Amino acid sequence: MLNISNIFKTFNPGTVNEKRAISGLSLRLAPGDFVTIIGSNGAGKSTLFNAICGDFLTDAGSILLNGQDITFMPAFQRARRIGRLFQDPMRGSAPGMTIEENLALAAGSGGWLSHVSQGDKKRFRDRLALLDMGLEDRMKQPVGLLSGGQRQALTLLMSTMNPPSLLLLDEHTAALDPGTAEKVLKLTRDIVAEHKITTMMVTHNMQQALELGSRTLMMDSGSIVLDISGKEREGLSVQDLLEKFKAGAGKNLDNDRILLS
Amino acid sequence: MDLTALLAVGQTALELGLICSLTVLALFLSYSMLNVCDLSTDGCFTLGAAVGAVVAAAGHPLLSIPAAMIAGMCSGFVTALLQTKLGIDSLLAGIIVNTGLYSVNVAVMSGSSLVNLNKKDTVFTLTKGLLAETPLAGQQNTVVAAAAVLLTVGFLTLFLNTRLGLAIRATGNNPDMVRSSSINPVFTTIVGLCVANAFTGLSGCLMAQSQKQAEINIGSGMVTIALASLLIGGTLMGRGGIFTRAVGMVLGAFIFRLVYAVALQMDMPAFMLKLVSSVIVALAIALPYLKQQWPTIYRRLSYRQAAARKGGG
Repeated sequence: MLNISNIFKTFNPGTVNEKRAISGLSLRLAPGDFVTIIGSNGAGKSTLFNAICGDFLTDAGSILLNGQDITFMPAFQRARRIGRLFQDPMRGSAPGMTIEENLALAAGSGGWLSHVSQGDKKRFRDRLALLDMGLEDRMKQPVGLLSGGQRQALTLLMSTMNPPSLLLLDEHTAALDPGTAEKVLKLTRDIVAEHKITTMMVTHNMQQALELGSRTLMMDSGSIVLDISGKEREGLSVQDLLEKFKAGAGKNLDNDRILLS
Repeated sequence: MDLTALLAVGQTALELGLICSLTVLALFLSYSMLNVCDLSTDGCFTLGAAVGAVVAAAGHPLLSIPAAMIAGMCSGFVTALLQTKLGIDSLLAGIIVNTGLYSVNVAVMSGSSLVNLNKKDTVFTLTKGLLAETPLAGQQNTVVAAAAVLLTVGFLTLFLNTRLGLAIRATGNNPDMVRSSSINPVFTTIVGLCVANAFTGLSGCLMAQSQKQAEINIGSGMVTIALASLLIGGTLMGRGGIFTRAVGMVLGAFIFRLVYAVALQMDMPAFMLKLVSSVIVALAIALPYLKQQWPTIYRRLSYRQAAARKGGG
């Protein structure tokens, strides 16, 4: 469903700040895959997501989504099929607009000049109730009044309102307190399972990377150094993973935020 | 000041406030919603006045309104294009368009800096005929302006709650979110500025016809006056739905004109208007900032005082 072949990206080429962020990366995802990604600092995890979403164009290579070539498609057009959550819970929703208005934007049903219908409102209420945060009774309140965890849960709901083909989660629970992070993660799991969305999730929690999903990638210096799934992945411990990384990348995993347990 | 004079002052403030509130509503869309400070407002206001006056002088007072609005829309389109497609900073784009519009406006008025509408039919003189024999006889200026404001407020309330309106508001509210969503910020910025400038054009058109002349400086300082009104309105009715806030804008425009009219009655010279509006805008924007900074300033002051006491003792 997602087919990335041999993409390259260098920032500030020809200057002292030249940085090769992605070099010759290829990746093929099957429909329904849930991939967790871990990697050292500056390995290119977020850059890979940016490339898939079209925040910049790659220097070489191609990206196909559901068989369609999206290499040069503008970001807003890709966004119809790719949902995305950032680490910063403030990035995904408009604080000055109400919960209902944010959801209406995300739902995007009807023409440009259509208003939110009663049916839409009921649908929003039902979806919000699933979060179990009491947000269904605060639909007329501005999103700016919500806590970080509530906003991230809302963003998750917004980006899966029309289930996307691909969901990209960039450490979306890292900025939340442990309890809320747990809750948002459970929601993520439920929603992804409900709609069978193909998902890629960057995490710095090694245990989580092994427990969640069906496949784990490890990145270093802009390429994938380890790709494990199926039998090989079952029963793997964090220690095994670290050793496999060393074998693949030729060095120790170096990430100051990594959680080993 | 006797009662008749006071009423006359209120009447003028109401009429001018209503006409100017159309520009305030335009800035409500571009400045408050889209978060673009549109500095082409002065030129666009004059453009609306010039186009409206020329069309009315040619004997088509009714046609002057759509003509002025379309002219404003074109000006907004150019401003939007400069900042979305050509990478020009939004403030600079407004200034560039504003400068260019000066030539356009003189050209529209056939090389002159004044179009006189004396003894010509305007939307106001047309309404005057309609209103004769009714309780509102003689109130044509206020009636026309009020009707335009009502329609504009109604339109904005409906428009800003459509899917397109929500997308425009999101573009101004969280650009990060819009960049990663399926909204094309280029499209929403263009539509927003076109609609906003259509109302600025309408405002200019009505102003020229109520004054029975369009002159090249009619719009100068308009952006500051409108911003002052917008900030006053926002302080009064800044919370709540779009309708409440839009009504607040109209109220702000009226209050600004009222204060100004009263000041004029107290022998403040007319040329002070622009200084007054500048001070209001500067204060209104600076006060929340100073309020936020106050604890730091206070701490520094008391720290110095304590140090001085210690040094002295």
